[in-house]
Amino acid sequence: MRRGLVEGVTVLIAGVVAFPLYWMVLTALKPEHEVISADPRPWTLAPTFDSFVRALTVQSFGRYLVNSLVVALAVVLLSLLISFLAATALTRFRFRSRTTLLVMLLVVQMVPVEALTIPLFFVMQSVRDVAPAFGLNHLGSLVLVHLAFSLPFAIWMLRGFVAAVPVELEEAATLDGASRFRFLWQVLLPLVAPGLVATSVLSFIHAWNDFLFAKTFIISAAENQTLPLALQVFIKPDQNDWGAIMAGSTLMTIPVLVFFVLVQRRLVAGLAGAVKS
Amino acid sequence: MTDVHLDPRPATGVRVDPEAPRRPRWKRKRGDGPIAFAYLTPALLVLVGLMGYPIYQLVLISLFDYGQEQVSGGAPLTFLGLANYATLLSDAKFWTVLGQTVGFAAVCVVGTLLVGAALAVLATRVRTWARMTLFLAALGAWATPAVAGSTIWLFLFDANFGFVNELLGTTGFSWTYDRWIAFGLVAAQVIWCSFPFVMVTLYAGIKSIPGEVLEAAALDGASTLRTARSVILPLLRPLLIVVTIQSIIWDFKVFTQIYIMTSGGGIAGRNLVLNVYAYQQAFAASEYGLGASIGVVTTVLLLLITLGYLRALRKSGEQL
Repeated sequence: MRRGLVEGVTVLIAGVVAFPLYWMVLTALKPEHEVISADPRPWTLAPTFDSFVRALTVQSFGRYLVNSLVVALAVVLLSLLISFLAATALTRFRFRSRTTLLVMLLVVQMVPVEALTIPLFFVMQSVRDVAPAFGLNHLGSLVLVHLAFSLPFAIWMLRGFVAAVPVELEEAATLDGASRFRFLWQVLLPLVAPGLVATSVLSFIHAWNDFLFAKTFIISAAENQTLPLALQVFIKPDQNDWGAIMAGSTLMTIPVLVFFVLVQRRLVAGLAGAVKS
Repeated sequence: MTDVHLDPRPATGVRVDPEAPRRPRWKRKRGDGPIAFAYLTPALLVLVGLMGYPIYQLVLISLFDYGQEQVSGGAPLTFLGLANYATLLSDAKFWTVLGQTVGFAAVCVVGTLLVGAALAVLATRVRTWARMTLFLAALGAWATPAVAGSTIWLFLFDANFGFVNELLGTTGFSWTYDRWIAFGLVAAQVIWCSFPFVMVTLYAGIKSIPGEVLEAAALDGASTLRTARSVILPLLRPLLIVVTIQSIIWDFKVFTQIYIMTSGGGIAGRNLVLNVYAYQQAFAASEYGLGASIGVVTTVLLLLITLGYLRALRKSGEQL
Protein backbone atom coordinates (compact mmCIF):
# COMPACT_ATOMS: atom_id res chain seq x y z
CA MET A 1 0.00 0.00 0.00
CA ARG A 2 2.70 2.42 1.07
CA ARG A 3 4.90 1.33 -1.80
CA GLY A 4 2.02 1.90 -4.17
CA LEU A 5 1.75 5.47 -2.94
CA VAL A 6 5.47 6.10 -3.37
CA GLU A 7 5.32 4.65 -6.85
CA GLY A 8 2.34 6.84 -7.68
CA VAL A 9 4.32 9.88 -6.60
CA THR A 10 7.28 8.72 -8.67
CA VAL A 11 5.19 8.39 -11.80
CA LEU A 12 3.60 11.76 -11.13
CA ILE A 13 7.05 13.37 -10.88
CA ALA A 14 8.12 11.59 -14.06
CA GLY A 15 5.06 13.07 -15.72
CA VAL A 16 5.94 16.59 -14.60
CA VAL A 17 9.54 16.15 -15.75
CA ALA A 18 8.50 14.82 -19.13
CA PHE A 19 5.68 17.32 -19.56
CA PRO A 20 7.68 20.03 -21.38
CA LEU A 21 8.75 17.44 -23.94
CA TYR A 22 5.19 16.20 -24.32
CA TRP A 23 4.07 19.79 -24.79
CA MET A 24 6.73 20.34 -27.44
CA VAL A 25 5.62 17.36 -29.53
CA LEU A 26 1.95 18.11 -28.92
CA THR A 27 2.31 21.73 -30.02
CA ALA A 28 4.23 20.62 -33.10
CA LEU A 29 1.33 18.33 -34.04
CA LYS A 30 -1.52 20.73 -33.23
CA PRO A 31 -3.27 22.65 -35.99
CA GLU A 32 -2.34 26.32 -35.93
CA HIS A 33 -5.55 27.68 -34.44
CA GLU A 34 -5.15 25.35 -31.45
CA VAL A 35 -1.59 26.54 -30.86
CA ILE A 36 -2.44 30.23 -30.91
CA SER A 37 -5.33 29.85 -28.57
CA ALA A 38 -5.98 31.59 -25.30
CA ASP A 39 -7.41 28.32 -24.10
CA PRO A 40 -4.66 25.72 -24.71
CA ARG A 41 -5.66 22.09 -24.18
CA PRO A 42 -3.27 19.30 -23.24
CA TRP A 43 -4.48 17.16 -26.16
CA THR A 44 -5.44 17.53 -29.77
CA LEU A 45 -8.13 15.80 -31.77
CA ALA A 46 -6.80 16.89 -35.14
CA PRO A 47 -3.07 16.08 -35.26
CA THR A 48 -1.35 17.41 -38.36
CA PHE A 49 2.17 17.65 -39.76
CA ASP A 50 1.53 21.18 -41.03
CA SER A 51 3.95 22.72 -38.54
CA PHE A 52 6.73 20.35 -39.59
CA VAL A 53 6.07 21.13 -43.23
CA ARG A 54 6.16 24.88 -42.47
CA ALA A 55 9.36 24.55 -40.48
CA LEU A 56 11.08 22.52 -43.18
CA THR A 57 9.90 24.54 -46.16
CA VAL A 58 9.02 28.11 -45.26
CA GLN A 59 11.67 28.44 -42.60
CA SER A 60 14.07 26.12 -44.48
CA PHE A 61 14.81 24.19 -41.35
CA GLY A 62 16.02 21.35 -43.55
CA ARG A 63 19.02 23.40 -44.59
CA TYR A 64 19.97 24.15 -40.98
CA LEU A 65 19.42 20.55 -40.00
CA VAL A 66 21.94 19.52 -42.65
CA ASN A 67 24.37 22.22 -41.47
CA SER A 68 24.11 21.02 -37.88
CA LEU A 69 24.64 17.44 -39.00
CA VAL A 70 27.67 18.35 -41.10
CA VAL A 71 29.30 20.21 -38.21
CA ALA A 72 28.54 17.54 -35.62
CA LEU A 73 29.66 14.63 -37.81
CA ALA A 74 32.84 16.41 -38.89
CA VAL A 75 33.65 17.10 -35.24
CA VAL A 76 32.98 13.47 -34.32
CA LEU A 77 35.15 12.03 -37.10
CA LEU A 78 38.06 14.41 -36.61
CA SER A 79 38.03 14.18 -32.84
CA LEU A 80 37.94 10.37 -33.00
CA LEU A 81 40.92 10.24 -35.31
CA ILE A 82 42.97 12.82 -33.43
CA SER A 83 42.10 11.66 -29.93
CA PHE A 84 42.73 8.01 -30.81
CA LEU A 85 46.25 8.83 -31.99
CA ALA A 86 46.91 11.07 -28.99
CA ALA A 87 45.50 8.56 -26.50
CA THR A 88 47.66 5.82 -27.98
CA ALA A 89 50.73 8.01 -27.69
CA LEU A 90 49.93 8.90 -24.09
CA THR A 91 49.23 5.30 -23.09
CA ARG A 92 51.66 3.19 -25.05
CA PHE A 93 54.71 5.38 -25.12
CA ARG A 94 56.89 6.76 -22.43
CA PHE A 95 58.43 10.12 -23.04
CA ARG A 96 59.59 12.99 -20.97
CA SER A 97 56.72 15.45 -21.17
CA ARG A 98 54.05 12.75 -20.82
CA THR A 99 52.90 13.66 -17.32
CA THR A 100 52.94 17.36 -18.07
CA LEU A 101 50.69 16.77 -21.06
CA LEU A 102 48.27 14.70 -19.03
CA VAL A 103 47.98 17.38 -16.38
CA MET A 104 47.49 20.00 -19.08
CA LEU A 105 44.64 17.96 -20.52
CA LEU A 106 42.94 18.07 -17.14
CA VAL A 107 43.50 21.76 -16.54
CA VAL A 108 42.28 22.71 -19.99
CA GLN A 109 38.93 21.06 -19.24
CA MET A 110 38.37 23.56 -16.43
CA VAL A 111 38.62 26.60 -18.67
CA PRO A 112 35.18 28.14 -19.16
CA VAL A 113 34.88 28.05 -22.93
CA GLU A 114 32.32 30.85 -22.89
CA ALA A 115 35.03 33.27 -21.83
CA LEU A 116 37.01 32.36 -24.94
CA THR A 117 34.33 33.59 -27.32
CA ILE A 118 35.97 36.99 -27.69
CA PRO A 119 39.53 35.90 -28.57
CA LEU A 120 38.22 33.03 -30.70
CA PHE A 121 36.13 35.50 -32.67
CA PHE A 122 39.32 37.33 -33.64
CA VAL A 123 41.16 34.08 -34.31
CA MET A 124 38.39 33.06 -36.70
CA GLN A 125 38.54 36.49 -38.29
CA SER A 126 42.22 35.94 -39.09
CA VAL A 127 41.58 32.39 -40.22
CA ARG A 128 39.03 33.73 -42.70
CA ASP A 129 41.78 35.64 -44.50
CA VAL A 130 43.88 32.50 -44.91
CA ALA A 131 41.31 29.74 -45.32
CA PRO A 132 37.80 31.15 -45.76
CA ALA A 133 36.09 27.80 -45.26
CA PHE A 134 37.38 27.64 -41.68
CA GLY A 135 36.84 31.28 -40.78
CA LEU A 136 33.95 33.42 -39.63
CA ASN A 137 30.58 32.80 -41.27
CA HIS A 138 31.56 29.30 -42.36
CA LEU A 139 30.75 25.95 -40.84
CA GLY A 140 34.47 25.15 -40.67
CA SER A 141 34.92 27.64 -37.83
CA LEU A 142 32.36 25.77 -35.74
CA VAL A 143 34.01 22.45 -36.51
CA LEU A 144 37.36 23.83 -35.35
CA VAL A 145 36.18 25.22 -32.00
CA HIS A 146 34.11 22.19 -31.10
CA LEU A 147 36.97 19.94 -32.08
CA ALA A 148 39.20 21.86 -29.70
CA PHE A 149 36.67 21.72 -26.87
CA SER A 150 35.88 18.03 -27.23
CA LEU A 151 39.46 16.82 -27.64
CA PRO A 152 40.74 17.03 -24.04
CA PHE A 153 37.91 14.93 -22.69
CA ALA A 154 37.94 12.54 -25.64
CA ILE A 155 41.67 11.90 -25.23
CA TRP A 156 41.32 11.48 -21.49
CA MET A 157 38.50 8.99 -21.89
CA LEU A 158 40.01 6.98 -24.74
CA ARG A 159 43.20 6.62 -22.75
CA GLY A 160 41.36 4.30 -20.39
CA PHE A 161 40.11 2.17 -23.25
CA VAL A 162 43.51 1.94 -24.94
CA ALA A 163 45.14 1.03 -21.63
CA ALA A 164 42.65 -1.80 -21.20
CA VAL A 165 43.93 -3.53 -24.35
CA PRO A 166 46.60 -6.02 -23.23
CA VAL A 167 50.10 -5.13 -24.27
CA GLU A 168 50.67 -8.80 -25.11
CA LEU A 169 48.39 -8.29 -28.08
CA GLU A 170 50.75 -5.72 -29.49
CA GLU A 171 53.67 -8.06 -28.93
CA ALA A 172 51.84 -10.86 -30.73
CA ALA A 173 50.91 -8.61 -33.62
CA THR A 174 54.45 -7.37 -33.95
CA LEU A 175 55.82 -10.92 -33.86
CA ASP A 176 53.39 -11.83 -36.62
CA GLY A 177 55.00 -9.13 -38.69
CA ALA A 178 52.33 -6.45 -38.46
CA SER A 179 53.72 -2.97 -38.82
CA ARG A 180 53.06 -0.39 -36.16
CA PHE A 181 50.66 1.26 -38.54
CA ARG A 182 48.72 -1.92 -39.23
CA PHE A 183 48.52 -2.74 -35.56
CA LEU A 184 47.11 0.68 -34.86
CA TRP A 185 44.31 0.57 -37.42
CA GLN A 186 43.52 -3.12 -37.69
CA VAL A 187 43.99 -4.36 -34.13
CA LEU A 188 43.82 -1.49 -31.67
CA LEU A 189 41.11 0.58 -33.33
CA PRO A 190 38.46 -2.17 -33.42
CA LEU A 191 39.28 -3.12 -29.84
CA VAL A 192 38.63 0.35 -28.46
CA ALA A 193 35.44 0.73 -30.51
CA PRO A 194 33.17 0.90 -27.42
CA GLY A 195 35.22 3.82 -26.14
CA LEU A 196 35.04 5.46 -29.53
CA VAL A 197 31.25 5.19 -29.50
CA ALA A 198 30.97 6.79 -26.08
CA THR A 199 33.30 9.66 -26.93
CA SER A 200 31.56 10.27 -30.24
CA VAL A 201 28.22 10.60 -28.54
CA LEU A 202 29.65 13.28 -26.28
CA SER A 203 31.38 15.16 -29.07
CA PHE A 204 28.25 14.97 -31.17
CA ILE A 205 26.05 16.38 -28.42
CA HIS A 206 28.47 19.21 -27.67
CA ALA A 207 28.58 20.30 -31.28
CA TRP A 208 24.87 19.71 -31.89
CA ASN A 209 23.69 21.72 -28.88
CA ASP A 210 25.99 24.67 -29.29
CA PHE A 211 24.28 28.03 -29.39
CA LEU A 212 26.94 30.51 -28.30
CA PHE A 213 29.57 29.87 -30.95
CA ALA A 214 27.08 29.49 -33.76
CA LYS A 215 25.68 32.86 -32.71
CA THR A 216 29.08 34.50 -32.50
CA PHE A 217 30.74 33.10 -35.61
CA ILE A 218 27.92 32.90 -38.14
CA ILE A 219 27.02 36.55 -38.25
CA SER A 220 26.01 37.42 -41.76
CA ALA A 221 25.73 34.13 -43.63
CA ALA A 222 22.19 32.97 -43.00
CA GLU A 223 22.70 29.92 -45.20
CA ASN A 224 25.40 28.65 -42.84
CA GLN A 225 23.41 28.83 -39.63
CA THR A 226 22.91 25.77 -37.50
CA LEU A 227 19.71 24.59 -35.84
CA PRO A 228 20.05 26.20 -32.40
CA LEU A 229 20.57 29.60 -33.95
CA ALA A 230 17.94 29.12 -36.64
CA LEU A 231 15.41 28.35 -33.93
CA GLN A 232 16.12 31.77 -32.43
CA VAL A 233 15.77 33.59 -35.69
CA PHE A 234 12.19 32.36 -36.02
CA ILE A 235 11.20 33.96 -32.75
CA LYS A 236 9.75 37.27 -33.77
CA PRO A 237 8.84 39.96 -31.29
CA ASP A 238 5.31 40.42 -32.59
CA GLN A 239 4.01 37.01 -33.50
CA ASN A 240 5.84 33.75 -32.98
CA ASP A 241 4.97 30.78 -35.13
CA TRP A 242 5.02 28.54 -32.08
CA GLY A 243 3.89 25.51 -34.06
CA ALA A 244 6.89 25.71 -36.38
CA ILE A 245 9.22 26.58 -33.51
CA MET A 246 8.12 23.50 -31.58
CA ALA A 247 8.37 21.36 -34.73
CA GLY A 248 11.93 22.63 -35.13
CA SER A 249 12.69 21.93 -31.48
CA THR A 250 11.36 18.41 -31.91
CA LEU A 251 13.57 17.84 -34.95
CA MET A 252 16.51 19.13 -32.98
CA THR A 253 15.87 17.07 -29.88
CA ILE A 254 15.19 13.71 -31.52
CA PRO A 255 18.76 12.86 -32.63
CA VAL A 256 20.12 13.60 -29.15
CA LEU A 257 17.32 11.63 -27.49
CA VAL A 258 18.02 8.64 -29.72
CA PHE A 259 21.70 8.79 -28.83
CA PHE A 260 20.97 9.02 -25.13
CA VAL A 261 18.57 6.09 -25.14
CA LEU A 262 21.11 4.02 -27.08
CA VAL A 263 23.87 4.56 -24.52
CA GLN A 264 21.59 4.63 -21.49
CA ARG A 265 22.63 1.25 -20.07
CA ARG A 266 26.27 1.95 -20.55
CA LEU A 267 25.76 5.27 -18.83
CA VAL A 268 24.34 3.94 -15.57
CA ALA A 269 26.77 1.02 -15.51
CA GLY A 270 29.67 3.36 -16.21
CA LEU A 271 28.71 5.76 -13.46
CA ALA A 272 28.31 2.88 -11.03
CA GLY A 273 31.77 1.69 -12.01
CA ALA A 274 33.18 5.13 -11.44
CA VAL A 275 31.78 5.13 -7.93
CA LYS A 276 33.30 1.82 -7.04
CA SER A 277 36.79 2.63 -8.33
CA MET B 1 38.55 1.38 -16.65
CA THR B 2 35.75 1.27 -19.11
CA ASP B 3 33.49 3.72 -17.43
CA VAL B 4 31.44 5.88 -19.68
CA HIS B 5 31.05 9.31 -18.28
CA LEU B 6 28.19 10.64 -20.25
CA ASP B 7 27.67 14.24 -19.47
CA PRO B 8 26.57 17.00 -21.77
CA ARG B 9 28.52 19.55 -19.85
CA PRO B 10 32.23 20.14 -20.10
CA ALA B 11 33.77 17.45 -17.98
CA THR B 12 35.75 18.31 -14.95
CA GLY B 13 35.27 15.43 -12.56
CA VAL B 14 37.94 13.32 -14.10
CA ARG B 15 39.25 10.23 -12.48
CA VAL B 16 42.87 9.33 -12.58
CA ASP B 17 43.48 6.22 -14.56
CA PRO B 18 44.94 3.57 -12.29
CA GLU B 19 46.42 1.72 -15.26
CA ALA B 20 49.99 2.88 -15.58
CA PRO B 21 51.34 2.77 -19.11
CA ARG B 22 52.83 -0.61 -19.80
CA ARG B 23 55.22 -1.24 -22.59
CA PRO B 24 56.31 -4.49 -24.09
CA ARG B 25 59.22 -5.56 -21.97
CA TRP B 26 61.46 -6.20 -24.92
CA LYS B 27 60.79 -2.80 -26.32
CA ARG B 28 61.34 -0.70 -23.24
CA LYS B 29 64.01 1.57 -24.56
CA ARG B 30 64.45 5.18 -25.46
CA GLY B 31 63.43 6.48 -28.83
CA ASP B 32 59.64 6.48 -28.53
CA GLY B 33 59.74 10.23 -28.46
CA PRO B 34 59.53 10.96 -32.19
CA ILE B 35 56.70 8.51 -32.85
CA ALA B 36 54.75 9.63 -29.80
CA PHE B 37 55.24 13.18 -30.93
CA ALA B 38 53.97 12.36 -34.40
CA TYR B 39 50.82 10.81 -32.92
CA LEU B 40 50.32 13.82 -30.68
CA THR B 41 50.95 16.51 -33.27
CA PRO B 42 47.39 16.91 -34.57
CA ALA B 43 45.97 17.13 -31.05
CA LEU B 44 48.64 19.59 -29.96
CA LEU B 45 48.11 21.77 -33.00
CA VAL B 46 44.39 22.04 -32.36
CA LEU B 47 44.71 22.55 -28.62
CA VAL B 48 47.49 25.12 -28.76
CA GLY B 49 45.88 27.02 -31.61
CA LEU B 50 42.31 27.00 -30.37
CA MET B 51 42.63 26.81 -26.59
CA GLY B 52 46.11 27.93 -25.55
CA TYR B 53 46.41 30.88 -27.88
CA PRO B 54 42.87 32.19 -27.20
CA ILE B 55 43.46 32.03 -23.44
CA TYR B 56 46.57 34.15 -23.91
CA GLN B 57 44.65 36.47 -26.23
CA LEU B 58 41.80 36.84 -23.75
CA VAL B 59 44.15 38.19 -21.12
CA LEU B 60 45.92 40.36 -23.68
CA ILE B 61 42.74 41.92 -25.09
CA SER B 62 41.55 42.71 -21.57
CA LEU B 63 44.57 44.99 -21.17
CA PHE B 64 43.75 47.14 -24.20
CA ASP B 65 41.22 49.69 -25.24
CA TYR B 66 39.78 47.43 -27.90
CA GLY B 67 36.64 48.78 -29.55
CA GLN B 68 35.10 48.87 -33.00
CA GLU B 69 37.58 51.48 -34.30
CA GLN B 70 40.54 49.42 -33.17
CA VAL B 71 39.14 46.26 -34.72
CA SER B 72 38.62 47.90 -38.09
CA GLY B 73 42.04 49.52 -37.88
CA GLY B 74 40.65 53.06 -37.76
CA ALA B 75 42.27 53.90 -34.45
CA PRO B 76 45.57 52.91 -32.89
CA LEU B 77 45.59 50.29 -30.17
CA THR B 78 46.21 51.77 -26.76
CA PHE B 79 47.58 49.76 -23.90
CA LEU B 80 45.52 50.42 -20.80
CA GLY B 81 47.10 48.07 -18.34
CA LEU B 82 44.51 47.30 -15.72
CA ALA B 83 42.25 50.24 -16.60
CA ASN B 84 39.51 47.95 -17.94
CA TYR B 85 39.47 46.16 -14.62
CA ALA B 86 39.37 49.47 -12.77
CA THR B 87 36.41 50.56 -14.91
CA LEU B 88 34.70 47.33 -14.12
CA LEU B 89 35.27 47.45 -10.38
CA SER B 90 34.02 51.02 -10.12
CA ASP B 91 30.91 50.23 -12.16
CA ALA B 92 27.84 49.67 -10.03
CA LYS B 93 26.27 47.56 -12.76
CA PHE B 94 29.15 45.10 -12.66
CA TRP B 95 28.61 44.53 -8.95
CA THR B 96 24.88 44.06 -9.48
CA VAL B 97 25.54 41.53 -12.23
CA LEU B 98 28.15 39.78 -10.10
CA GLY B 99 25.72 39.52 -7.20
CA GLN B 100 23.01 38.21 -9.51
CA THR B 101 25.38 35.64 -10.99
CA VAL B 102 26.40 34.30 -7.60
CA GLY B 103 22.82 34.27 -6.32
CA PHE B 104 21.45 32.68 -9.47
CA ALA B 105 24.18 30.02 -9.55
CA ALA B 106 23.65 29.30 -5.84
CA VAL B 107 19.91 28.77 -6.31
CA CYS B 108 20.54 26.54 -9.34
CA VAL B 109 23.21 24.47 -7.59
CA VAL B 110 21.19 23.99 -4.42
CA GLY B 111 18.01 23.26 -6.37
CA THR B 112 19.73 20.79 -8.70
CA LEU B 113 21.37 18.94 -5.83
CA LEU B 114 18.22 18.80 -3.73
CA VAL B 115 15.96 17.62 -6.54
CA GLY B 116 18.58 15.21 -7.88
CA ALA B 117 19.32 13.71 -4.48
CA ALA B 118 15.67 13.43 -3.45
CA LEU B 119 14.73 11.68 -6.68
CA ALA B 120 17.77 9.39 -6.50
CA VAL B 121 16.62 8.24 -3.08
CA LEU B 122 13.07 7.91 -4.33
CA ALA B 123 14.28 5.78 -7.24
CA THR B 124 15.81 3.27 -4.84
CA ARG B 125 12.49 2.78 -3.07
CA VAL B 126 10.26 1.82 -5.98
CA ARG B 127 9.97 -1.16 -8.29
CA THR B 128 11.75 -1.27 -11.61
CA TRP B 129 8.84 -0.13 -13.76
CA ALA B 130 8.34 3.09 -11.78
CA ARG B 131 12.08 3.73 -11.67
CA MET B 132 12.41 3.23 -15.43
CA THR B 133 9.55 5.68 -16.00
CA LEU B 134 11.30 8.28 -13.89
CA PHE B 135 14.69 7.66 -15.52
CA LEU B 136 13.23 7.83 -19.00
CA ALA B 137 11.60 11.17 -18.24
CA ALA B 138 14.83 12.47 -16.69
CA LEU B 139 16.81 11.22 -19.67
CA GLY B 140 14.52 13.22 -21.91
CA ALA B 141 15.06 16.41 -19.91
CA TRP B 142 18.80 15.77 -19.87
CA ALA B 143 19.03 15.12 -23.59
CA THR B 144 17.04 18.17 -24.64
CA PRO B 145 19.38 20.76 -26.15
CA ALA B 146 19.48 23.93 -24.04
CA VAL B 147 18.11 26.01 -26.89
CA ALA B 148 15.12 23.74 -27.44
CA GLY B 149 14.54 23.37 -23.69
CA SER B 150 14.55 27.12 -23.11
CA THR B 151 12.17 27.68 -26.00
CA ILE B 152 9.75 25.02 -24.79
CA TRP B 153 9.70 26.53 -21.31
CA LEU B 154 9.14 29.99 -22.75
CA PHE B 155 6.12 28.71 -24.62
CA LEU B 156 4.77 26.81 -21.62
CA PHE B 157 4.97 30.03 -19.61
CA ASP B 158 3.85 32.31 -22.45
CA ALA B 159 1.62 35.11 -21.21
CA ASN B 160 -1.26 34.48 -23.61
CA PHE B 161 -0.90 31.01 -25.09
CA GLY B 162 1.01 29.28 -22.30
CA PHE B 163 -0.39 26.21 -20.61
CA VAL B 164 0.81 27.23 -17.16
CA ASN B 165 -1.20 30.43 -17.16
CA GLU B 166 -4.21 28.47 -18.38
CA LEU B 167 -3.72 25.99 -15.56
CA LEU B 168 -3.34 28.70 -12.92
CA GLY B 169 -6.06 30.88 -14.39
CA THR B 170 -3.64 33.78 -14.74
CA THR B 171 -3.88 34.30 -18.49
CA GLY B 172 -1.97 37.40 -19.53
CA PHE B 173 0.54 37.24 -16.70
CA SER B 174 4.10 37.69 -17.96
CA TRP B 175 6.62 35.39 -16.30
CA THR B 176 9.58 37.16 -17.83
CA TYR B 177 8.77 40.76 -16.89
CA ASP B 178 9.60 40.92 -13.20
CA ARG B 179 13.30 40.54 -12.55
CA TRP B 180 13.06 37.92 -9.82
CA ILE B 181 10.24 35.91 -11.36
CA ALA B 182 12.23 35.79 -14.60
CA PHE B 183 15.31 34.62 -12.74
CA GLY B 184 13.21 32.03 -10.96
CA LEU B 185 11.81 30.73 -14.24
CA VAL B 186 15.28 30.43 -15.79
CA ALA B 187 16.57 28.74 -12.64
CA ALA B 188 13.71 26.24 -12.81
CA GLN B 189 14.60 25.46 -16.41
CA VAL B 190 18.28 25.03 -15.52
CA ILE B 191 17.37 22.72 -12.66
CA TRP B 192 15.05 20.76 -14.95
CA CYS B 193 17.82 19.96 -17.40
CA SER B 194 20.63 19.45 -14.90
CA PHE B 195 19.09 17.42 -12.08
CA PRO B 196 19.10 14.17 -14.13
CA PHE B 197 22.90 14.11 -14.10
CA VAL B 198 22.91 14.41 -10.31
CA MET B 199 20.11 11.90 -9.94
CA VAL B 200 21.66 9.22 -12.14
CA THR B 201 25.09 9.67 -10.56
CA LEU B 202 23.80 9.55 -7.00
CA TYR B 203 21.48 6.64 -7.80
CA ALA B 204 24.45 4.68 -9.13
CA GLY B 205 26.30 5.64 -5.95
CA ILE B 206 23.50 4.51 -3.66
CA LYS B 207 23.20 1.26 -5.56
CA SER B 208 26.87 0.55 -4.95
CA ILE B 209 26.29 0.74 -1.17
CA PRO B 210 26.12 -2.83 0.14
CA GLY B 211 22.51 -3.88 0.75
CA GLU B 212 23.34 -5.17 4.24
CA VAL B 213 24.13 -1.67 5.45
CA LEU B 214 20.71 -0.39 4.42
CA GLU B 215 18.96 -3.48 5.78
CA ALA B 216 20.67 -2.97 9.11
CA ALA B 217 19.48 0.61 9.19
CA ALA B 218 15.95 -0.48 8.34
CA LEU B 219 16.04 -3.17 11.03
CA ASP B 220 17.12 -0.56 13.55
CA GLY B 221 13.93 1.28 12.65
CA ALA B 222 15.62 4.23 10.97
CA SER B 223 13.26 6.40 8.94
CA THR B 224 13.93 7.23 5.31
CA LEU B 225 15.20 10.64 6.26
CA ARG B 226 17.38 9.23 9.00
CA THR B 227 18.84 6.55 6.73
CA ALA B 228 19.58 9.16 4.09
CA ARG B 229 21.30 11.50 6.52
CA SER B 230 23.23 9.11 8.72
CA VAL B 231 24.00 6.22 6.41
CA ILE B 232 23.82 7.10 2.75
CA LEU B 233 25.10 10.66 2.91
CA PRO B 234 28.49 9.95 4.51
CA LEU B 235 29.10 7.10 2.08
CA LEU B 236 28.24 9.28 -0.88
CA ARG B 237 30.44 12.20 0.16
CA PRO B 238 33.11 11.76 -2.54
CA LEU B 239 30.48 11.52 -5.24
CA LEU B 240 28.58 14.50 -3.88
CA ILE B 241 31.74 16.57 -4.05
CA VAL B 242 32.23 15.78 -7.72
CA VAL B 243 28.59 16.49 -8.50
CA THR B 244 28.64 19.76 -6.56
CA ILE B 245 31.77 21.06 -8.24
CA GLN B 246 30.40 20.17 -11.62
CA SER B 247 27.14 21.95 -10.83
CA ILE B 248 28.93 25.04 -9.55
CA ILE B 249 31.10 25.25 -12.65
CA TRP B 250 28.17 24.75 -14.94
CA ASP B 251 25.61 26.99 -13.25
CA PHE B 252 28.07 29.82 -12.84
CA LYS B 253 28.42 29.91 -16.61
CA VAL B 254 24.81 29.56 -17.73
CA PHE B 255 24.51 31.42 -20.99
CA THR B 256 21.97 29.90 -23.36
CA GLN B 257 19.04 29.80 -20.94
CA ILE B 258 19.46 33.39 -19.76
CA TYR B 259 20.09 34.64 -23.26
CA ILE B 260 17.06 32.99 -24.79
CA MET B 261 14.53 33.14 -21.99
CA THR B 262 15.13 36.79 -21.08
CA SER B 263 15.97 37.80 -24.68
CA GLY B 264 19.59 38.68 -24.09
CA GLY B 265 19.55 39.63 -20.43
CA GLY B 266 16.13 41.08 -19.73
CA ILE B 267 14.70 44.57 -20.00
CA ALA B 268 17.54 47.08 -19.55
CA GLY B 269 19.83 44.16 -18.79
CA ARG B 270 18.36 43.45 -15.40
CA ASN B 271 18.59 39.69 -15.83
CA LEU B 272 22.24 39.69 -16.83
CA VAL B 273 24.77 37.23 -15.47
CA LEU B 274 28.52 37.64 -15.95
CA ASN B 275 28.79 35.44 -19.03
CA VAL B 276 25.98 37.19 -20.88
CA TYR B 277 27.27 40.57 -19.67
CA ALA B 278 30.71 39.85 -21.13
CA TYR B 279 29.11 38.77 -24.38
CA GLN B 280 26.93 41.87 -24.60
CA GLN B 281 29.81 44.21 -23.77
CA ALA B 282 31.94 42.64 -26.49
CA PHE B 283 29.56 41.88 -29.32
CA ALA B 284 26.67 44.27 -28.74
CA ALA B 285 28.55 47.29 -27.40
CA SER B 286 31.81 46.49 -29.27
CA GLU B 287 33.80 46.94 -26.07
CA TYR B 288 35.96 43.90 -26.64
CA GLY B 289 38.56 44.92 -24.07
CA LEU B 290 35.99 45.37 -21.35
CA GLY B 291 34.21 42.16 -22.35
CA ALA B 292 37.47 40.23 -22.21
CA SER B 293 38.20 41.59 -18.73
CA ILE B 294 34.78 40.33 -17.57
CA GLY B 295 35.71 36.97 -19.07
CA VAL B 296 38.96 36.93 -17.12
CA VAL B 297 37.18 37.92 -13.91
CA THR B 298 34.59 35.15 -14.44
CA THR B 299 37.31 32.57 -14.99
CA VAL B 300 39.28 33.66 -11.94
CA LEU B 301 36.15 33.75 -9.78
CA LEU B 302 35.17 30.28 -10.90
CA LEU B 303 38.62 28.95 -10.09
CA LEU B 304 38.55 30.67 -6.68
CA ILE B 305 35.11 29.29 -5.82
CA THR B 306 36.11 25.77 -6.84
CA LEU B 307 39.42 25.97 -4.97
CA GLY B 308 37.74 27.49 -1.92
CA TYR B 309 35.21 24.71 -1.88
CA LEU B 310 37.94 22.09 -2.13
CA ARG B 311 39.89 23.75 0.68
CA ALA B 312 36.85 23.90 2.93
CA LEU B 313 36.40 20.20 2.30
CA ARG B 314 40.01 19.40 3.07
CA LYS B 315 39.72 21.39 6.30
CA SER B 316 36.77 19.32 7.36
CA GLY B 317 38.95 16.26 6.87
CA GLU B 318 37.65 15.08 3.51
CA GLN B 319 39.75 13.19 1.06
CA LEU B 320 39.17 13.87 -2.57
